[in-house]
Amino acid sequence: MAPGAATNGHATLTQTSELLRFATAGSVDDGKSTLIGRLLFDSKQILIDQLDHVVQTSERRGDGYVNFALLTDGLRAEREQGITIDVAYRYFQTARRKFIIADTPGHEQYTRNMVTGASTADLSVVLIDARKGVIEQTRRHLYIASLLRIPHLVVCVNKMDLVDYDEAVFDRLVYEVTDWAARLDIVDITFIPISALHGDNVVDRSSAMSWYDGPPLLYHLEHVCIAPDRNLADVRFPVQWVIRPMTAEHHDYRGYAGQVAGGVLRPGDEVVVLPGGQRTRIAGIDTYDGEIDAAFPTMSVTLRLEDDIDVSRGDMICLAEDPPLVAREIEANVCWMGERPLMPGGRYAIKHTTRTARALVEALEHRIDVNTLEHEPAAELALNQIGRVRLRVSSPMLVDPYSRNRTTGSFILMDEATNDTVGAGMVVGALRALKGPDGPELG
Amino acid sequence: MSYELPHLQALEAESIHIFREVAAELERPVLLFSGGKDSIVLLRLAEKAFRPAGFPFPIMHVDTGHNFPEVLEFRDRRIAEIGERLIVSHVQDSIDAGRAVEETGPRASRNRLQTTTLLDAIEQHGFDAAFGGARRDEERARAKERVFSFRDDFGQWDPKRQRPELWSLYNGRINRGEHVRVFPISNWTELDVWRYIAAEHLEVPSIYFAHTRPVFERDGMLYAHSPHVELIGGEEPFEVSVRYRTVGDMTCTGAVRSEALTLETVVAEIAATRITERGETRADDRVTEAAMEDRKREGYF
Ligand SMILES: Nc1nc2c(ncn2[C@@H]2O[C@H](COP(=O)(O)OP(=O)(O)O)[C@@H](O)[C@H]2O)c(=O)[nH]1
Repeated sequence: MAPGAATNGHATLTQTSELLRFATAGSVDDGKSTLIGRLLFDSKQILIDQLDHVVQTSERRGDGYVNFALLTDGLRAEREQGITIDVAYRYFQTARRKFIIADTPGHEQYTRNMVTGASTADLSVVLIDARKGVIEQTRRHLYIASLLRIPHLVVCVNKMDLVDYDEAVFDRLVYEVTDWAARLDIVDITFIPISALHGDNVVDRSSAMSWYDGPPLLYHLEHVCIAPDRNLADVRFPVQWVIRPMTAEHHDYRGYAGQVAGGVLRPGDEVVVLPGGQRTRIAGIDTYDGEIDAAFPTMSVTLRLEDDIDVSRGDMICLAEDPPLVAREIEANVCWMGERPLMPGGRYAIKHTTRTARALVEALEHRIDVNTLEHEPAAELALNQIGRVRLRVSSPMLVDPYSRNRTTGSFILMDEATNDTVGAGMVVGALRALKGPDGPELG
Repeated sequence: MSYELPHLQALEAESIHIFREVAAELERPVLLFSGGKDSIVLLRLAEKAFRPAGFPFPIMHVDTGHNFPEVLEFRDRRIAEIGERLIVSHVQDSIDAGRAVEETGPRASRNRLQTTTLLDAIEQHGFDAAFGGARRDEERARAKERVFSFRDDFGQWDPKRQRPELWSLYNGRINRGEHVRVFPISNWTELDVWRYIAAEHLEVPSIYFAHTRPVFERDGMLYAHSPHVELIGGEEPFEVSVRYRTVGDMTCTGAVRSEALTLETVVAEIAATRITERGETRADDRVTEAAMEDRKREGYF
């Protein structure tokens, strides 16, 4: 039994544990819902009324078994069609970690949901049906995980019970996936043979696959090392909100509140405020619970600066010797989420960290075939398509390549007429980086 | 030095970020406060987000008129302590104005009527964002709800038209007349909330702890015997030691048998429980399988 599972995750009031966010992807019927239901059930997170409901509904539908998949089907439309069509979030806890699962649908027409779930994930669980092997969807799921730079990947070869728990089947799939993954930017990949339905290697080690000497899935989720995944090298503090009480007690207080996006900040550090370029030092780092001597991702803190300079929302506080790119023209990969396609010449609102501006699509350089990874020329990006664009932005962007920092390298595009979020962008680089805030205004 | 945040601190940092985003991007937010444990946590998170300044928004309570007196007393004391502005909207006023019709009979509840009062208050004050304490672990229909949940000008939620929510980049753009419900503790579980209350030494209304109260049993649940609920033949009030897991309208919030007098023992009971918070104590969710989803479409919280 995996450590932690036996304690029911519910230890004491004061116990602390880490947070791991993971996304699950798989084609319809690969067993994703069954796997999640199994994780929740075996780690004792399913409560009696939820279980009763599942048992009753399974009987009514004539499933012939307790369909754990029903635990994770939220909305009515999905219950009727029997498929997951939107990102659903699930929670469970063991003594070591708290888990947030982004459960995403697998079909190509839901690429945007998959991208959404992947955007915040530390780890991705990709399911493969042992009988079907690597299919187009598997390749797409792996590609999306690498595009969104999910640091850890776990490939679960499911339904091993249906292939007699045969090692050769597993080995062949490991080989096929590794071969494909070599073409992607994937750092950490782990393979686990499982049967979600019977519980083999999910929480407990399987006795039917003695040839497998790795840990069960839950053990891996509890132990995979995620602390080094955050960028602790480059200081990035997007100013979110200015705190100015203007009361008698705090008359001169002025603090810059935000969530650390990179690096470690300390009182006394010499910093630069971008895009203005003013230099100063950190006078103190405040929280409601008092001053602290270091702030790192993803803490929400308030900085006080030594000099009285003009700082507002959208500015970024960094170390002078290690600034982000300051640019009006950027190159980025975009996953399109809008009903109306993205086209060159299109104008959108862009939100990047705490800055909102307007963006013009100068060029669509290519579209990426998510199944073959081929780059193809394209006149537009339709819903769920991914491509490389060049954007010109109405005010300077303070960006890092997404490969360096997932927070300062990402942005969303919003339709100014409908207000919908229509694009998810990942910065590749800046064109003509600026030194200061000059350059022509967008027309 | 380890640069890993323990999970409660990671959740807290995310929630603070959400509060500040809303304050920066929307014009007239309001924080909805029920006096329950989730909204108590919201208040503390707002303090963490904005102190030493005041909140850049008022606090509002929708009072059904059937609230537990202990909760109202707690509400007034807590708001006075933190020195913020409280608006109280009364369901009774909506009934008196003919905007809502009181249900009758032994199963009557004002729970549904709250929606009208809430939407009217949002419109009257011109609020464009309302913070609520809902969590995604509460109920299946909530599992897919966004942190920023859009309501059209009828206050309705359309599960098919939710905006994708990527990274921590929230899109708060709305048209006039629309508003957004914001759930800063979406990713917290019931246990996280209790752990946070303990870690922060937050006071909660006394009804969360075991106390002796006259109750009666209906549909397998224990309800407070009060002037607001008619008894059905055969229902006999009796006294027993109970506590509440959620704080809502007296007419539809059930109590659980308990001897837990401290946070530690409450948490131990919750950790050992095998029934969800809503399944155990909220009659309003038990009516049909899709009950919560239907009420949310109408604009319920
Ligand atoms: N034999 C076997 N069947 C499985 C396994 N995992 C899932 N299934 C079945 O495969 C079908 C699809 O599973 P489901 O979890 O709904 O797939 P999803 O569409 O990926 O969520 C159901 O009938 C499951 O019972 C497994 O490990 N072994």
